Amino acid sequence: MSSAPTSPPAVRPTSPPAVPVDPRPRPRRPRRTPLPYVLVVPSVLALALALGYPLVRQVVLSFQDFGLAQQFGQPPEWLGLENYRTLLTDPYLWRVTLRSIAFCLVNAALTMLIGVGLALAMRHMSRSVRLLLQTGLLLAWAMPVVAALTVWQWLFDTQYGVVNYLLTQLGADYTGHSWLLRPLSFFFVATVIVVWMSVPFVAFTVYAALTQLPAELLEAAEIDGAGPVGRLRHVMLPTILPVLLVVGLLQVIWDLRVFTQIYVLQKAGGSAQDTNLLGTYIYRLGIGGGEFGMSAAVAIFMLVLTVLLTAPYVRAMLRQEG
Amino acid sequence: MSRPAPRPTRVAANTLGILAFLVSVFPVYWMVNSSFLARNEIRSPTPTWVPFGGSLDNYRTVFSTDQFSDALRTSLMVTGLTIVVALLFAFVAAVAVSRFRFRGRMSFIVTLLVIQMIPVEGLFISQYKMLEAFDLLNTVIGLTLVYVAGVLPFTIWTLRGFVAGVPYELEEAAMMDGCSRTQAFFRITLPLLAPGLVATGVFGFLQAWNEFTLALVVMTREDQRTLPLWLSTFADVNRGTDWGGIMAGSSLIAIPVIIFFLVVQSRMTSGLTAGAVKG
Repeated sequence: MSSAPTSPPAVRPTSPPAVPVDPRPRPRRPRRTPLPYVLVVPSVLALALALGYPLVRQVVLSFQDFGLAQQFGQPPEWLGLENYRTLLTDPYLWRVTLRSIAFCLVNAALTMLIGVGLALAMRHMSRSVRLLLQTGLLLAWAMPVVAALTVWQWLFDTQYGVVNYLLTQLGADYTGHSWLLRPLSFFFVATVIVVWMSVPFVAFTVYAALTQLPAELLEAAEIDGAGPVGRLRHVMLPTILPVLLVVGLLQVIWDLRVFTQIYVLQKAGGSAQDTNLLGTYIYRLGIGGGEFGMSAAVAIFMLVLTVLLTAPYVRAMLRQEG
Repeated sequence: MSRPAPRPTRVAANTLGILAFLVSVFPVYWMVNSSFLARNEIRSPTPTWVPFGGSLDNYRTVFSTDQFSDALRTSLMVTGLTIVVALLFAFVAAVAVSRFRFRGRMSFIVTLLVIQMIPVEGLFISQYKMLEAFDLLNTVIGLTLVYVAGVLPFTIWTLRGFVAGVPYELEEAAMMDGCSRTQAFFRITLPLLAPGLVATGVFGFLQAWNEFTLALVVMTREDQRTLPLWLSTFADVNRGTDWGGIMAGSSLIAIPVIIFFLVVQSRMTSGLTAGAVKG
């Protein structure tokens, strides 16, 4: 927030303007008015009510014994750190946490690799192929999660699924193979769906960033003797790094909190116990099992985990923001 | 920016492009294809690749259930309200942060950034309890409230980029010509912001139309379900018996979104990059 030399002397925030102010505001640094505050009030109120208040409430809840009895009107008992103690000593929480982190990292990495790869390849495609691919990506991107999930379940259906049919045609006997029973193949299906849905966003955003790259810069690098790898490493990547950071951060956040895919696939035949991620675990404890205090504690745990995982990114972005 | 690539590179890139196209498109195609198939074609050991019969029975089945029209009504109401409220709130906030310097501006911006990192899946228990306390469970207003808060940070963030992209000098010029500051804003800046409003509106539409988790938590009554909830319960009941109906339902939810998306996509992507890159 540096003031340009041409702007009028800044009014000190504490002192009200002593002289009657020119009704016409000055460019760049308008007179102090309450207007900006009035303008942000609706958003601030909405966010405070629908996110801030629940967040506070959730913290309080996580220190309470809030189960079914409290649901029926009994006052909640204050437990202090008891919920957290129970939780952190429960090996199941750590299994779910490791599973969530592994799922998140695998999915985010695959999405970024495929998305950035496609974006780089798009630069070399014929115009028609590129348009075709972009249309295809858009179609995948625009599919609502629940619709996409039902289609993929249908593709992987035990009896009539195309995937089993094709694999059997290729020589492997997949007749009647059920994909959701075993945790590993359950997560394989979930990964296919998540990556399929998230690649378009990455590919489009990175491609858009690449189009901002001046051609002269690449040509200059080429004349200086940089090969394709050198150009990628020293010219392209540094230029699109801010975009890669933002997109990567979003992938990590989104993939850590994946809920719908897991929840719907679990209902379609997966064992919840063996396939819970943090999101579904919170849901099953709270809404499903009435253990609101415990599930709030898991949620806070998950929030902290997200903050820890994303802290380096956030710092990088804030530095950009200045 | 693209110079003609050397031939082998181009061939490799094109092959990759076509492969990726097939993988992206096939599930969408398969959904629409299956939705037109008759029951005996769906439940057959060999897949029917093209829906020559073009049976509309599956769509008739879906439309004939009350639950579908209930869900459609709820979804339309929640989505419409979310877009209107979120755009209005976000627009004025975006104007504030990009046209004014005020105390707390920076912390507001940083808060928006940080809020976007809060996983909603970590908050839904207390959002449920809050709406329960306000007596807003199973209401359009309740769901809209949490949706608005969900889309606001991104919406303000993106609109901010658009407002900042309209040079203030244009407004100044209009003021020189005798417009008031307000007039200058409405006559000059607002029209230029239309694409930005469309892009962010689309974002809000997609979020509210497709959202599942919060709806699942907040809308427990059968007649208050949104479309994604309806589809998921419809699929639960009919799995293995009515895949055609399930695919018809999926298509009905997806197709408006897909058409909408194809129409506005270029603005949408440039909006996303503007929000992500500029600031």
